[in-house]
Amino acid sequence: MQADPAGVLTGIHFMNGDQACCEGALAGGARFSAGYPITPSTEIVERFARRIPMIGGMFIQLEDELAASIAIQGAVWGGAKAFTVTSGPGFSLMMEHIGLAAMTETPCVFVDVQRGGPSTGLPTLPAQGDMMQARFGSHGDYPCIALCPSSPQECFTLMIRALNLAEEFRTPVFLMMDEVVGHMTERVQIPAASEIEVRPRKLADKGHAYFPFRPDDDLVPPMAHAGDGFRFHVTGLTHDERGYPSMTPATQASLIGRLRAKVDQAIDRITMVEESDVDDSSVTVVSYGISMRVAQKAIQMAREEGIRVGSLRLVTVWPFPEKVIRNLALRTGAIVTPELNLGQVVLEVERCAGGACPVIPVTHPGGTVHQPEQILAAIRKGAAVAAKGVAQ
Amino acid sequence: MSTPTLIPATIPTQEAPVCENPVEAFLRTDRMPHIWCPGCGIGTTVNCFARAVLKSGLEADKVAVVSGIGCTGRVAGYVKLDSFHTTHGRAIPFATGLKLANPDLSVVVYSGDGDLASIGGNHLIHAARRNMDLKVICVNNLTYSMTGGQAAATTPEDSITTTTPFGAYEPALNLPHLVAAAGATFVARWTTYHVAQVTKAMRRMLTKKGFSFLEIISPCPTLYQRRNRMGDGLDTMKRYKEQSVNSKSAVDLASIGMSKCGEITVGNFVDIERPDYLESLQSHMRASLGERYVSTGVPPCR
Repeated sequence: MQADPAGVLTGIHFMNGDQACCEGALAGGARFSAGYPITPSTEIVERFARRIPMIGGMFIQLEDELAASIAIQGAVWGGAKAFTVTSGPGFSLMMEHIGLAAMTETPCVFVDVQRGGPSTGLPTLPAQGDMMQARFGSHGDYPCIALCPSSPQECFTLMIRALNLAEEFRTPVFLMMDEVVGHMTERVQIPAASEIEVRPRKLADKGHAYFPFRPDDDLVPPMAHAGDGFRFHVTGLTHDERGYPSMTPATQASLIGRLRAKVDQAIDRITMVEESDVDDSSVTVVSYGISMRVAQKAIQMAREEGIRVGSLRLVTVWPFPEKVIRNLALRTGAIVTPELNLGQVVLEVERCAGGACPVIPVTHPGGTVHQPEQILAAIRKGAAVAAKGVAQ
Repeated sequence: MSTPTLIPATIPTQEAPVCENPVEAFLRTDRMPHIWCPGCGIGTTVNCFARAVLKSGLEADKVAVVSGIGCTGRVAGYVKLDSFHTTHGRAIPFATGLKLANPDLSVVVYSGDGDLASIGGNHLIHAARRNMDLKVICVNNLTYSMTGGQAAATTPEDSITTTTPFGAYEPALNLPHLVAAAGATFVARWTTYHVAQVTKAMRRMLTKKGFSFLEIISPCPTLYQRRNRMGDGLDTMKRYKEQSVNSKSAVDLASIGMSKCGEITVGNFVDIERPDYLESLQSHMRASLGERYVSTGVPPCR
């Protein structure tokens, strides 16, 4: 399905990542947002509040992030495409409703413009410290899809992609931005509506018996909206195909197993990575978001020193591209992973590399981005270790 | 001695008239029996609600029920309507999103006192302030019953609960006073003894636009009445009958807080008109943006 032209600001723009994210939401068909102000994500809904009355839709500023993160779900069951945005402590407050969206298979997007933490931390400064929180922050086991833009242009395109993935898998999807990506201003090209693919919602056929949680072959059940006449029930309790509470180990195993499997079995389709000069490299930098932008400078400096360096950027961080990293570890001498936290995604890189090559983290507590020299030092170290490995 | 004949000589052939329970059409009978205890008042309120929906003339397909967590939170699971059993305290913001996305729906929030007034108290205040078109039914059994009878924000002073084993000493929240102060356009309190009045108040809410709030005082014989040696469900009905006061004239809402054994002021306290959230939004946008305002609301996702 093509995008509704009403929401597409076709043209070449000079805008920041937050603004581009809002344009992505509008182009991707989101017509409802609820939010609560928090730096550095607020500009996204400020723009939405200004744009949406002239497009047709609604923004409501609610009393807190708990309200915002569940109001969007009410709106989705009422028929809307919806998203919310937050940062730092607001993301922590939304955790319970991320679990609700996963459990009730409510398609919606959570945008997290990451800032330094924990607690109030560094409200105006960047970090990538919420990566594990996105994956595991709500209690229980749930599926997770998370995308990491590294430019305002990608804030636009990946927001559309996030909305599409939410519909495809009926699950909450995270757009994991950071303060620098959110506030940096760059060229953003918005194509014509006809060139933007928007995924329609899979809706139940009327006139048939409807089981709101009976999956199709892709493990995703068709959805119904309130008022459609199905008189269905939705609960955050463990439930059977009718949507009725059924608190037995068997129902739990079948439901939670399916929720994970519907995403896990499609990992190849969900995974997006950007790979360059990896083959025969002695070192490959594996990173995501703003850290990969900084790493480019370090890679350039290392190449000037004669080190063969490749790069692999994780656009999809969750589900973690296990096969891609496993495969990479067999082809490269060492992996260097810079990120603006004290070591989160690098744990997954290590797990998937499985000892096939050394993995060197470049950690940073946040507040600013890495100095390229820090990453360069790790690349040199990786090159030395790789050479030793080859010599042995 | 001959055995007395118990069977009449002629068996009447006429079939007994079939009595249908009009409420049954509104219930998920395949989910019965329900979880509520003997003597609990929640089922009584559901009976009233079903009758109120019937009498309101509303199309049942366009009535949605949103509940939070707790014993009353289970109502959503038993009514045969589009129904949502959400998270603890957040039924009102879920309902807010649902209503804004599809204003054709009559959105009923059906939950308990702990859910709506304690963990969800902030949402209650703000939805009333916005005059969001929601019909909030709050079954107040004065305790947290699903978790075993702990003290609530609504527990009257001197009540024994599991977390106030020597008696509660915090003042209880006076819900009609709170919600009226926050801006609700309909506020009432009745007890589960007052089934006719409860049904009538619900009908009024279903046909009135704006934020409306009905508190229904209800027994929890298993946890509250038993621990406080107040008898069973029937004894509580007697108390409600004898100690409820409906003054019919204007009541000072500040003075109607619940006490453990005292009078219970009941009545429809507030029934006023003011523009609801959507009306305010639309008239403001039209005034500010004129022709540029697209007033279609949130288009359905197809």
